[in-house]
Amino acid sequence: MNQNLILAINSITLGGLLFLLSAGFSLIFGLMRIPNLTHGSLFMLGAYLGVTFAVWYGLNFWVAAVLAALVVAAFGGVIERFLLRRLAGNQLAQVLVTLGIAFMIADFCLMVWTGDPITVETPRQFVGVVRAGDLVFPIYRLVIILIACLFAAALWLLLDRTRLGAMIRASVDDPQMARVVGIRVSRLFTLVFCLGAALAGFAGVIGAPILSVYPGLDFDMLPLALVVVILGGTGSLLGSFLGSFVISFLYNYGQAHFPELAYFVLFLPMVIMMLVRPQGLFGRVAP
Amino acid sequence: MTDLAVPGKSAAVVWFTGRRAALGLALLALALLPLWMPGSYYVNIASQILFYAVFALAIDVLLGYGGLVSLGHAGVFGITCYTVAVALGAGYGHVAAILLGIGVTLAGMAVYAVVALRATGIGFLMITLALGQILWGLAYRWISVTNGDNGLSLASRPAPFGLSLASANAFYYATLVVFLLSLALAAVFVHSPFGAALRGTRDQPARMNALGFNVFLVRFLACLFSGLLTALAGILFVYYNQFISPQALALTASAEVVLMVISGGAGTLLGPIVGAALVVIMKNVASAYIVRWNFLLGAIFVAIVVFVPEGLVPGSVRLWRWARRPRGKSGGKAAP
Repeated sequence: MNQNLILAINSITLGGLLFLLSAGFSLIFGLMRIPNLTHGSLFMLGAYLGVTFAVWYGLNFWVAAVLAALVVAAFGGVIERFLLRRLAGNQLAQVLVTLGIAFMIADFCLMVWTGDPITVETPRQFVGVVRAGDLVFPIYRLVIILIACLFAAALWLLLDRTRLGAMIRASVDDPQMARVVGIRVSRLFTLVFCLGAALAGFAGVIGAPILSVYPGLDFDMLPLALVVVILGGTGSLLGSFLGSFVISFLYNYGQAHFPELAYFVLFLPMVIMMLVRPQGLFGRVAP
Repeated sequence: MTDLAVPGKSAAVVWFTGRRAALGLALLALALLPLWMPGSYYVNIASQILFYAVFALAIDVLLGYGGLVSLGHAGVFGITCYTVAVALGAGYGHVAAILLGIGVTLAGMAVYAVVALRATGIGFLMITLALGQILWGLAYRWISVTNGDNGLSLASRPAPFGLSLASANAFYYATLVVFLLSLALAAVFVHSPFGAALRGTRDQPARMNALGFNVFLVRFLACLFSGLLTALAGILFVYYNQFISPQALALTASAEVVLMVISGGAGTLLGPIVGAALVVIMKNVASAYIVRWNFLLGAIFVAIVVFVPEGLVPGSVRLWRWARRPRGKSGGKAAP
């Protein structure tokens, strides 16, 4: 089969996972101005939990994925309520706390799940390929792409078409004014943080059959999410969506054609974006 | 607050009190350290503390005085280490390798700064984090140059003026010289008018701009100075270990040094040194008893940020002032 096509499918799949990861990151950053450095760790934690539920307890893969997402969301809520809330207004402290927690999660996972990479089997109902003429598509990768698109649409509807979304947007634009008109901004913060965490955890589980789960997955994913958000602009769903696919294509093609410089290839779009348009593709200039 | 000359004492005695006495004693203790340390293991730890202190000063210049938190400095540090190692491997001498290391680091730092300084605050932090990870990825994957995960080894330490630095004590003295030089440089830097301008850009960038300062240029030059200190620390590090691997460029490494600065006290010259001592000693002591250093590192990070956010040095100064505060109902002077 055509190597470029395989690369393209792999890139779109990775892009879908990256979107789930970076959308939450971007929302949290847009709303609270916290670059949540635990985000990669939440992805990895979700993956490990999902594996545990699915393999060790024999749960259905999707049940395990949702369960892992819920646990990660609850964990995110605890971090937000009990640590980040105490440091409200002190961004540097919040960043450093999330970084500290990221290290703790990494070591905790190493302790519980050991250092060996865990491979996860593709859910039984999605093993196999779809053929269209000469082209062959692995079903599971198509499923991931579909899920990512569904989530993108759902998030867009949530943010753009519901009352809750309007409240979130209002709190992003002007938290003080939002408080004045009776929006409970701090409750929204927790909600968005949990939502972002849940998305990251869920992405970790559904990505596990492709990426496998290993120590270091957290800090492999975090820079990708960062670059996506730098490229797409913070707080922008569309930016995360497009940025995810640009980055995943660059990353996969870079790895295939310049394996030694794969990370360096990511550096280029970031540099160009910073020089031309520092707020990112769809970002707004910070007030 | 009224620590002026005490009447009845000669000028010499007054001169030799307080800070100067402490500084003199500290210098004496450092100069004689190999004599009072029980063994070369401890002398080596002292060397580690000193070159990490130089690295922490590099971060502190940006973090404490410029308000710019760099989470990718281990990548810059790595540029120095790899340049020295590759240059030595290619057959250059020590002097050429060291000069090349400093030069390439400054060039790399210039690019790093131009990209990262398009943003400030949290944006700067995110970009430097991504840049640091990219440099790590380069060290890890660019196997034809960096030998990947296996790292590069250095055959020997240099012998300046014919003095071999192979022994722990000799290397300690070389490190001490570089440390004192870096500390002096940093002190001159932060107390210079330029240092004041840098603090100005930290606190009031818009007003500094209105006053005619080129805020970008001030920050850019501060980054280059930080790059110079980072390069000095990197050269000491790579000669100390005679080995460099991508481990040294990891995010954990950047975070460790930021922790040194934050725990000791950002925006002071003593803070990063105390922080470096604290982290290096804790790392060495902890690794003797527990395997989970990263967990402890994270926990300390969280604890310090939540409980002593200003760092240990300013924190203890605050406690000291509080303990010596004038007592009295009206808040007046204490009775003599």
